[in-house]
Amino acid sequence: MRKTNNIILETAVKVLLFFIALYSVYIFTAGHYYPGGGFIGGLMTAGAIVLLLITYDIKTVTKILPVNYRILTAIGLLFAIGTSAGSLIYDLPFLTHAFGDVHLPLLGELSIHTATLFDLGVYFVVVGVTMTIIQTIGEDE
Amino acid sequence: MSYLHLAIISPLLFSVFIPIFYKKFIRIHTGWFVLPLPILLFIYFLSTIPKITNRQTVTETFNWIPSLGVNFTAKVDGLGLLFALLITGIGALVVFYSIYYLAKEKERLNTFYVYLLLFMGAMLGVVLSDNLIVMYAFWELTSFSSFLLIGYWHEREKSRYGAQKSMLITVFGGLAMLGGIILLYIMTGTFSITEIVAQSGDIFHHSLFLPALICVLLGAFTKSAQFPFYIWLPDAMEAPTPVSAYLHSATMVKAGIYLVARLTPVFGASSVWFWLVAGVGIITLIWGSVFAIRQTDLKGILAFSTVSQLGLIMSLLGVGSAALHYEALSENIFTVAITAAIFHLINHATFKGSLFMAAGIVDHETGTRDIRKLGGLMPFMPITFTISIIGAFSMAGLPPFNGFLSKEMFFTAMVRVTQMDIFNLETLGILFPVIAWVASVFTFIYSMILVFKTFTGKYQPEKLDKKPHEAPLGMLIPPVILISLVVIFGFFPNLLSESLISPAMAAILPSLLNAGGEFVVHISFWHGFTIELFMTLGVILLGITLYKTLPKWKRMYDLVPEKLSLFRFYDRLLEWSQSGSYKVTNKYMTGSIHSYLVYILAFFIFSLTVTLFWKDAFKLDTGNVSSIGIYEWVLAIFVVVGSISILFIKSRMTSIILLGAVGYTVSLFYVLFRAPDLALTQLVIETISVALFLVCFYHLPKLQRYETRMRFKLTNALISVGVGAVVTAIALSAHGNKLFEAISKYYVENTYEKAAGQNMVNVILVDFRGFDTLFEITVLAIASLGIYGMIKLRLNRRKES
Repeated sequence: MRKTNNIILETAVKVLLFFIALYSVYIFTAGHYYPGGGFIGGLMTAGAIVLLLITYDIKTVTKILPVNYRILTAIGLLFAIGTSAGSLIYDLPFLTHAFGDVHLPLLGELSIHTATLFDLGVYFVVVGVTMTIIQTIGEDE
Repeated sequence: MSYLHLAIISPLLFSVFIPIFYKKFIRIHTGWFVLPLPILLFIYFLSTIPKITNRQTVTETFNWIPSLGVNFTAKVDGLGLLFALLITGIGALVVFYSIYYLAKEKERLNTFYVYLLLFMGAMLGVVLSDNLIVMYAFWELTSFSSFLLIGYWHEREKSRYGAQKSMLITVFGGLAMLGGIILLYIMTGTFSITEIVAQSGDIFHHSLFLPALICVLLGAFTKSAQFPFYIWLPDAMEAPTPVSAYLHSATMVKAGIYLVARLTPVFGASSVWFWLVAGVGIITLIWGSVFAIRQTDLKGILAFSTVSQLGLIMSLLGVGSAALHYEALSENIFTVAITAAIFHLINHATFKGSLFMAAGIVDHETGTRDIRKLGGLMPFMPITFTISIIGAFSMAGLPPFNGFLSKEMFFTAMVRVTQMDIFNLETLGILFPVIAWVASVFTFIYSMILVFKTFTGKYQPEKLDKKPHEAPLGMLIPPVILISLVVIFGFFPNLLSESLISPAMAAILPSLLNAGGEFVVHISFWHGFTIELFMTLGVILLGITLYKTLPKWKRMYDLVPEKLSLFRFYDRLLEWSQSGSYKVTNKYMTGSIHSYLVYILAFFIFSLTVTLFWKDAFKLDTGNVSSIGIYEWVLAIFVVVGSISILFIKSRMTSIILLGAVGYTVSLFYVLFRAPDLALTQLVIETISVALFLVCFYHLPKLQRYETRMRFKLTNALISVGVGAVVTAIALSAHGNKLFEAISKYYVENTYEKAAGQNMVNVILVDFRGFDTLFEITVLAIASLGIYGMIKLRLNRRKES
């Protein structure tokens, strides 16, 4: 059978993917001040990858993004639990967050909050979970 | 831990070493290692007699659970000592007998002696514990070890049946007794028998007095095989004969007697106690003696005879409790019943033990216990015959044996019942001596059957498996010792009165004694021409006549329908409870998820509706309702129309799409109610779930794919409407019942101050209440791994390929 040519889709995705990924990162990072956060950001990133899956096949996508999503889920959980347990080192209750301004050589003055690390854990878990589910179902015969 | 405690639990401790002896010394019969223990214990308990005779008790306490008032308080008084001597003395004889009875090549002796020692320790614990909970623990251990002993030959079906039956009945009674113990504790605040007895006057009018009494008596009656719970005892005869001799004649079945005697000071003043104990005892007496004649198995006769004799002792204890109503000891003619009970207890243990051992010898040497096959054994086994005839004559109450004396005293007690002027005994009391007399006639008959059908008459060698011959000496020694006791107590009845009977009476009737006083027990062999003597003469004359004409009237028993017997009733009860519970379970455990959901939701509706009305909680408050705009109306109509139409849609695809539409409308609601995070998430999640639904739909098997509209079912409709109505009612009431301000103000004020954020929802999710989030992402991870596992790990498919 001749392969259907979906050049329009492929090209459009190349452009769109960039925007979606960027938007999802924006939503994630802005979460503490504006609507958004790890959950919806993660879902949106996963949405971008799903778009890739729809356009290409699973093999290609795994080649582009050689990520084991189950390990990504584990890393996410590790981030979340690590941030939560980190406060114990400073003799503070579990899940006490710290924030403050840090001066970094390249970026200059930066407001840092450990809740962002926790949110990053949520982000990774959501991406990992969504992709595991979709990929598993998709690969199933 | 005192020596007394050590003595009580020494059989339990010793039983640990039995398997070692069994394995290490294969050539020596394990019983020899066991034998010294009961003898030592017997000597130890004998050594306490001087103390007991001097009105002292030995009490030792070992703290077990002091915070709950449960301590192992061991107390030796007259009653406890009497039982302890019976247990250890007959225990030693039974162990000696079993050495010759059980072959060391064929039997698993290690288990046998472990069980027997467990039982011995448990029984000592029952009779020597002053704490009711500890006594109960030992009580159940006797049930348990007796279960093991009855089922000793577990490869036989009848043994297993008998063991199960005795277990069910005695444990039923044991649990009832535990209930009684707890009720006693509620009334008195103590588990100690001594303290309960001291308070017995106060609890007499307590509302829990009667329930406690009935519960305790249930325990005693089941254990002591009283009517109608005696049915386990004949089936327990499947046990090895030493076990029957020990447990089912001398010790365990007397645990109930012990309990009744022990608690007589507590309950004895009640008329219910009198009527139950004396009444059930006398019914058991006649019932057991009448049906013993029907038996053809030697041990069967002995089992029914034990039942009947236990009834006799029980009725004596009941009648003796009436003595508590008469103050003056010197004129108290009713204490004779207690004396008779204790004396007969000793006598019964001696002659019944020897009779069982004799029956075991006959079984061992001829291969059968069926009296229809036996006969004419006298020339072959003269010693066994002598043992049997003395035992049986004593059981029948013939002079000059000890059974005669206790039977005379029994008659005396029963005749004196008619002289009582309490509990309506002036009129009904006449029943007691009459029933007692008739039962004695039957006792006489079966005692004669037991001896003469076995040892005299025609010798039938063709029916016997072995050629009969006299038993080895070792097997004869224990019954000979017991039977010589029968004779000794017969000729010197006062041998024990000072040392054992009087202290035991003091324990049963403590309130009748002044300080330093004691019961004067004098059992006279000859007491003149009294009514009791003529009753005994009548028993003998009528008994001989009836025995001679036995074949003529024995057919009368066939008139009693087999179906109405208590044995059949028990079997059917067991069957009914099994099939009944099976039916009930089958009825509601249908296996269909639909019906389980119906139960759950129906219960949900029921319990919540009842609570709403019970507490008068339904409340409709429109005071704090905000205004509803046009957008809300439109969206609400969308949701309602979407949800309802799902019910009437034929195609599944349309249902899925409608569900998606409802979901998106909900996200619009979020927009409307100013929840942007929720709206975003809802949109994405709804998309994903609709996609997953479509995947499911696509993979439906072709065969079931035909599309029909959901069928209408009234129950479903009622339940769904009910659930909706209840939830709505509760939501409205909850809204109308707001009791305090929301705590959201804190979050509004502190989101930036304390958590450096402006998106309050997100700050709550990751900071204020990040703990929830931590586990929600764990849930997600588990769900994804679950899906991965379910799809990837399909063992069935792998097997096929």
